[in-house]
Amino acid sequence: MAKKPEIKGTAQFLQGNEAVVEAAIAAGCSFFAGYPITPSTEIAEGCAEKLPLVGGAFIQMEDEIASIAAIIGASLAGAKAMTATSGPGFSLMQENLGFAYIAEVPIVITNVMRGGPSTGLPTKVSQSDVMQARWGTHGDYTPIVITPSSVQEVFDLTIHAFNCSEMLNTPVILLLDEILGHMRERIIIPDTEDIKIENRKYPSVPPEFYKPYSNTPSKVSEFVAFGEGYRYNVTGLTHDEFGFPTSVPGEVEQMLTKLRRKIHTHRKEVILYEEEYMEDATYAVISYGTSARAAMSAVRKARAHGVKAGLLKLKTIWPFPGRKVYQIASSVKGILVAEMNMGQMIREVDRYAMGQCKVAGAFRYDGLVIEPDEIYEKLLELRATK
Amino acid sequence: MVKTNGTVKNNGFIEDRYEIRLSGSGGQGLITAGVILAEAISVGDGKNAVHTQSYGPEARGGMARCDVIVSTEEIYFPEATKLDLLLALTQKSSDEYTKLLKDKGILIIDANYVKHKPERPYVAVPFVEATKEKLGLVVATNVVCLGFITQYAKIVSKKSMEYYLAERFPKKFEESNLKALRLGYDLAKEAETGGRFDIKVEESYETEIDRL
Repeated sequence: MAKKPEIKGTAQFLQGNEAVVEAAIAAGCSFFAGYPITPSTEIAEGCAEKLPLVGGAFIQMEDEIASIAAIIGASLAGAKAMTATSGPGFSLMQENLGFAYIAEVPIVITNVMRGGPSTGLPTKVSQSDVMQARWGTHGDYTPIVITPSSVQEVFDLTIHAFNCSEMLNTPVILLLDEILGHMRERIIIPDTEDIKIENRKYPSVPPEFYKPYSNTPSKVSEFVAFGEGYRYNVTGLTHDEFGFPTSVPGEVEQMLTKLRRKIHTHRKEVILYEEEYMEDATYAVISYGTSARAAMSAVRKARAHGVKAGLLKLKTIWPFPGRKVYQIASSVKGILVAEMNMGQMIREVDRYAMGQCKVAGAFRYDGLVIEPDEIYEKLLELRATK
Repeated sequence: MVKTNGTVKNNGFIEDRYEIRLSGSGGQGLITAGVILAEAISVGDGKNAVHTQSYGPEARGGMARCDVIVSTEEIYFPEATKLDLLLALTQKSSDEYTKLLKDKGILIIDANYVKHKPERPYVAVPFVEATKEKLGLVVATNVVCLGFITQYAKIVSKKSMEYYLAERFPKKFEESNLKALRLGYDLAKEAETGGRFDIKVEESYETEIDRL
């Protein structure tokens, strides 16, 4: 789906999962811990093969709880670290995901979505972890969740995921779906000097003045790897600027606010989306991941039949681009949300549309990919409703 | 928008697609064959190609298929919906997917494993039998199929096909793979002239995708 890139680089024919590996290494990832699970296994396989060649390490852990724990440890020791899993494994990772968030540890978690709940449909497609990615861990929490829709985007957005996580010292979730993980397309891997890489900010002060969780104006604290002479405490308990547990109401509130503001003050860098044919659209389709490809076909079919349809393709779903959706809702007659679940993202779209236009959904959750014609029919239905 | 006989003429929004589905039983290597075909078309011949796969939780024996979509334009929807070419190596896959073929789509089936022949034009080729007979091993069936498709449907250049086939596997298999590919070419040449094949052709197939 990606436009032919102008940048120079090497053309390769890769699977979505393989592109995650290539991009992670290009972003500087040097540690992967995971437990193989369909449909994400190729990521673990690729990391096992390729990380040692660039001086990195791969370890297969006993389960997904240990996998995320291992990458948190590796990241605290200074490595850019990633794990990859699917639904059942992602469920197991939820507790430590919250730990990485409160302890401000940059990590990347790839979840290649398959059908659920439970073991569900191991080899079939789904987008039903959208709300789990938002609310899965307990407590007030603001995640960054990224959803590519082509193999080229998988590469580019995996780099973006690492950059966001390094820039903001926070876990980032890369949400693929089975089709995208296993789909192969030609991609252009840019030359190293053309890839923009962010790295965590190292401290500018000597150890005695270092505050690991200092409440800076940008809300991003300076990070220091273990073993570099800066001693500090890392805990899952609510903590003060030095990392020591606190239950003083003022400090608790300050810490939680800082964690949320850290993400929200950097919204512009984090949130990515694309608009197609939206300039004069009277009906908008909002979609993400593989569904967005079917939605694009449906929008083009609608245009061919004289319906002024447009597409908003979300590449970052959390934080949600609410302002954009509010704007679109004020200028169109109806919004159709296309997704492969029983209707998850539509709740958020509806919330931001604020009753300004009709909102309907095109959902599919039988293990097969949503087809352009289904979305097109729903679009016509939406147009016909009062 | 121009309408002629109920069909909408291309006004820049209708995608130009050629859709291929390779289907059979898990373990036959058809998904890998599809990868090679798509890579040869896209990186080799410079068209756009997308490869998707679908398989069950079984390691072997379940139904397995892959789709290769070819276009000179950007490809949005990555799976096949109206097939231009279907390869079916098992009865089940033939029964299931034949109905998705376009009227003039090419249907290639295994002559022995698809016993109940579909009620439409087809080419029945004894892929598994011929591979066993001529090469002495069944594992190369997928490569023989690739050779057949290359020669018969003319959607990919032989040069690209041979190059990306050699690149996909270790060097020691290069020669045997090339042999299998050539067996596929020969079978297709035979099919084109009738030969010993069970071919049911009512009208001429669209063998070239000139429109691409």
